[in-house]
Amino acid sequence: MSEMQTTPGPRKIVIDPVTRVEGHGKVTIRLNEAGEVEQARFHIVEFRGFERFIQGRMYWEVPVIVQRLCGICPVSHHLCAAKAMDAIAGVDRVTPTADKMRRLMHYGQVLQSNAVNFFHLASPDLLLGFEAPVAQRNIVGVIEAFPEIGKWAIFIRKFGQQVIAATGGRRIHPRLCIPGGVNQNLAVEPRDALRADIDRIVQWCGAALELHKTFVHAHEALHERFASFPSSYMSLTGAGGVMDLYDGTLRAVDAAGTPIFENVPASAYRDQLIEEVRPWSYMKFPHIRSLGREAGWYRVGPLAQLNCCSRIDTPLAEAARRDFMARGNGGLVHATLAYHWARLICMIHCAEKIRELLFDDDLQGSDLLLTGQHRPEGIAAIEAPRGTLLHHYVVDEHDQVTAANLIVSTTHNNEAMNRAVTKVAIDDLTGHEITEGLLNHIEVAIRAYDPCLSCATHALGDMPLIVTLEDAEGTVIATRVKQ
Amino acid sequence: MTARSPDPPPPRVLVLGYGNPGRQDDGLGPALVAEMERLGWPNLTALDTYQLNIEDAMDVAAHDIVWFVDAAKTGDAPFAVHEVWPAPRIEFTSHLARPEAILAIARQYYGASPKAFLLAIRGYAFEFIEALTPQAADNLQDAVAMLTDRIGSLHAKVLS
Repeated sequence: MSEMQTTPGPRKIVIDPVTRVEGHGKVTIRLNEAGEVEQARFHIVEFRGFERFIQGRMYWEVPVIVQRLCGICPVSHHLCAAKAMDAIAGVDRVTPTADKMRRLMHYGQVLQSNAVNFFHLASPDLLLGFEAPVAQRNIVGVIEAFPEIGKWAIFIRKFGQQVIAATGGRRIHPRLCIPGGVNQNLAVEPRDALRADIDRIVQWCGAALELHKTFVHAHEALHERFASFPSSYMSLTGAGGVMDLYDGTLRAVDAAGTPIFENVPASAYRDQLIEEVRPWSYMKFPHIRSLGREAGWYRVGPLAQLNCCSRIDTPLAEAARRDFMARGNGGLVHATLAYHWARLICMIHCAEKIRELLFDDDLQGSDLLLTGQHRPEGIAAIEAPRGTLLHHYVVDEHDQVTAANLIVSTTHNNEAMNRAVTKVAIDDLTGHEITEGLLNHIEVAIRAYDPCLSCATHALGDMPLIVTLEDAEGTVIATRVKQ
Repeated sequence: MTARSPDPPPPRVLVLGYGNPGRQDDGLGPALVAEMERLGWPNLTALDTYQLNIEDAMDVAAHDIVWFVDAAKTGDAPFAVHEVWPAPRIEFTSHLARPEAILAIARQYYGASPKAFLLAIRGYAFEFIEALTPQAADNLQDAVAMLTDRIGSLHAKVLS
């Protein structure tokens, strides 16, 4: 529900009665002198103090501490920090058991997180329609219309969390990784429980994709047009360009699919990326160094993971990838709503990978940890559910962290989200009223990226989303708050 | 001799506290859960999480009474109690979910409608510090006392 009050006036419409509102997200739409949309910005209330919070910690504590960053993807931070700390511990390659335990945990995490995004956030818009009444356009409305969805949503999510619990000891803030390896292998009992369910999970992920495709085929023009634009993309890929969500090297391609860089180890990310700070946002704006500030922005996440890889090494996901990429007619797929389709393919891939690993005896191995010669710096990347996550740490001779830099996927997607919101505003804004329809469409565009509210508190009192319309002088002419 | 009917089981109570203990008073929900766990009452399930999510509907549906416990940036001190009812909604990010939405999923999918309350404990500071402020810690103790009393009275009523 959103609330709106208006004050009559020729240019200024004061809609929001709340004078001091902190929102989790804020959208500002700026008009030009002609009253047309000039730009829109999506701000996230993000706290940048976390990197300082890590400073002074012992390096081996960090994989646990960083899980405080996010309630949705703590495992991604846990694993990425662990990979960076492997480097500091002087370990370039962990044992097969450690590698596969981490991968299993990661695939469980990506599976369950993508499931939440698709079923809880995206499916109401996609399966019930953007214009469905907001009272119905939610997961409960979806369950009413498609009863099977409820089962898929809850049990795929739950299965992913069981994978995390089996590998990390608990479903929230697991403790699998230590620098140089892991502290446990996979016990047979939880392995067998997971084996009993995995075929159903693979099947349900496939069924969800087929259901999603019925929406796309029924709304082809909308799917292609909505909040869409061509862009560059970046993700990790494995050897030969195969999709690898856990490890590999950085690859970026331009809108035509031509590589901008590839085979770049995470440790060399600063050779390719620059993080720009802009005065109006707490968020940083990374861009590709060789393309410069204006042209160097790019997208990450499931759409990038599909556009950057040349194949997927699991059969069902690879067949789905080929079907998906055919939509690009030989090029890349740029539709913003295609993030959801790509997300479902990644879910299938993760489920297939989990099935592979559950029948791999290395997971019961006892060779868990390696040691090496300590180094002062560690950098790692992982493909988190929302895209590339980079962790960079420097430690001193006392093993204490002296510097940390984290680039989360939402930061990579910063410019893209601004452009998506701008596109919606240009298409949908008429006059000076922030209508329910405009608010809905802005949310639909943002949901494709599912921004991470890194470090956010979730205490009562914050408004979820605030949209503000400003004239060319920056005077607020309308505000709408989604309560 | 008349057979005495067995005592009804005590209602199953879930205390679900959520928040980020790394953000000072945002950790009030998990801190309350830690206190309730110490009671060891068999009819009481105390769970903490960083934030609510859809699978919490499974735990909610398995109980008769649910207490959602969150920190509050505004409102009454030491705490406020609100009864909450199912109300589905959609957010712009998966990083947000409300008790009403979780209850709606529990009702729709599991056919369960537990009596539910939101316990909003007033917090004051939300920086990157892993400790409650003294004021919030005091509020927490008041909230624990209230909740212990309310859940304990249910327990005692059944056993009396």
